[in-house]
Amino acid sequence: MRASGRTAARRRSPRRGRRDMEGRVVRWLLIGCAAVSILTTIGILITLLTEAYQFFIEVSVWEFITGTRWTPILKPQSYGVLPLVMGTLLVSTIAAAVALPVGLFAAIFLSEYAPERISRIIKPVLEVLAGIPTVVYGYFALTFVTPQLQKVIPDLIIFNALSAGVVMGVMIIPMVSSLSEDAMLAVPRSLRHAAYALGATRLEVSLRVVVPAALSGIVAAFILAISRAIGETMLVTIAAGATPRMSFNPLEGIQTMTAYIVQVSLGEAPHGTLTFKTIFAVGFLLFLMTLFMNVVGHFLVSRWREKYE
Amino acid sequence: MKAPETRFNPRLEQRHRIGSLFYGLFVISISIGIIGLLVLIVQVLVRGLPWLSWGFISSYPAPDPSEAGLLAALAGTIWLMGLTAAFTVPVGLGAAIYLEEYAEENLFTKFVEVNISNLAGVPSIIYGLLGLALFVSWLSMGRSLLAGALTLSLLVMPIVIMASREAIRAVPDSHRQAAYALGATQWEVVKGVVLPSAFPGILTGTILAMSRAIGEAAPVIAISALVFLTFVPSDPFDRFTVLPIQIFNWVSRPQDDFRGIAAAGIIVLLIILLSMNSIAIYLRNRYQTRSED
Repeated sequence: MRASGRTAARRRSPRRGRRDMEGRVVRWLLIGCAAVSILTTIGILITLLTEAYQFFIEVSVWEFITGTRWTPILKPQSYGVLPLVMGTLLVSTIAAAVALPVGLFAAIFLSEYAPERISRIIKPVLEVLAGIPTVVYGYFALTFVTPQLQKVIPDLIIFNALSAGVVMGVMIIPMVSSLSEDAMLAVPRSLRHAAYALGATRLEVSLRVVVPAALSGIVAAFILAISRAIGETMLVTIAAGATPRMSFNPLEGIQTMTAYIVQVSLGEAPHGTLTFKTIFAVGFLLFLMTLFMNVVGHFLVSRWREKYE
Repeated sequence: MKAPETRFNPRLEQRHRIGSLFYGLFVISISIGIIGLLVLIVQVLVRGLPWLSWGFISSYPAPDPSEAGLLAALAGTIWLMGLTAAFTVPVGLGAAIYLEEYAEENLFTKFVEVNISNLAGVPSIIYGLLGLALFVSWLSMGRSLLAGALTLSLLVMPIVIMASREAIRAVPDSHRQAAYALGATQWEVVKGVVLPSAFPGILTGTILAMSRAIGEAAPVIAISALVFLTFVPSDPFDRFTVLPIQIFNWVSRPQDDFRGIAAAGIIVLLIILLSMNSIAIYLRNRYQTRSED
């Protein structure tokens, strides 16, 4: 259709040459715009690798990934990244423990139970929740949730992993619920009808038919949400403290990989110093972790799309 | 014949009881998010409203919370958004037009698409590191507004591209064919037919992308660090700070009064965000009803 349209234009237009020229220039400009996204990925890889490589000239990769002490600023310096990884995993685990069941149940409610007019009110509210800046969540965790938790758990110190994890969980509920709901809505009506015809209750249809049928989409939602939690920065910087620690105790302060990067960035570390290079080594590890999870998540999403569409 | 009849027990009452038990659980789950949002907003209003005044908006940060204000951060945010939009919209829209109108189904196109969806999942602090190495150091832009805006544009580019693609896809093919039949070239069709009718959708996507950019603190901290500024930036090479960083700065001080002005800063930030979101939602609804008829 489009090709024939173009030939028609050629025959009639007195300014044929100019318009052809314009078409070609525009085409290449547009390809250039699309290429910016590829250049971004290449840029991320090159900057992280270059600076991290400089770091690994001075500190061995083995020491970095197996060391259990992270004291790059205090003497004696030690560059074992495991405490930062532990901190990140601890907060993400708490967040997942809150967000995965709550988000999934919320999605079941929206997809299987809620009447149209109620979900039309609830969804924008969840969108607002997802759009609140993470500094605000950090403020909320530090000045409201922590004091409330301290009333129940007197041992809780001000900067702790528990409160940051719980608030982060609330923060990623909308992500879990909207992605899981998409997966459930893609399950064909006929499967539900068949189950109802066999006498199943609404709960049985939801849990034994819809959820299993949408499982790869739901797992994808979980993975993408956890990847988001791992990369989350300001909330943990504000509320979880700045003490790298090899412990899974949620009542203590910890430091995540992201919070360490911010801590160094705040102080304007000059380019070329070892401290400057550490944040790129940590950043590279963080990038690999989230990239792996995102690739698996997107793969699962594309799989359920193929199945039912 | 008789055995299965006696063995099968529908236990209907029990199953319905379990059903309503879970129904309660689902309702509680959906309420957690909503209640969390309400508590958060009430909490911020209670702490912040007493500090909110014209003086707070029009003064520079100060060591004394009762004199401190967010003028420098507000100006920085407005500058940064203007520059970010100027970089993101042309490039993001161009990429969307290419992918929807021009691209053939080949490996390059597929690669670009996978790449964009992966970029959307990269943590924002990683973009900060990219900007810190690439723009601040290697291209020697320094810790300037320009470096910050370029970094944020790369961060929100996937959002603009995805929203614009959706808007362009929603333009009916018959409109394009009508224009081709009148002898328009491909670019004339895009410029004269596709873009005008996709415009509201593109605008909505852009506003949402900008509201994401306004709330970002982590990548901007990597670029601008924690500076104490008592001036309004006057050109793109000036140093700058933004609202979320100013709020972060106040929250991380132990004195209670600083928490108060942090809450006041949050109110200002949320008002800006909510008004941007409402405009976007309004445009989206108007657009949706239009395209249905």
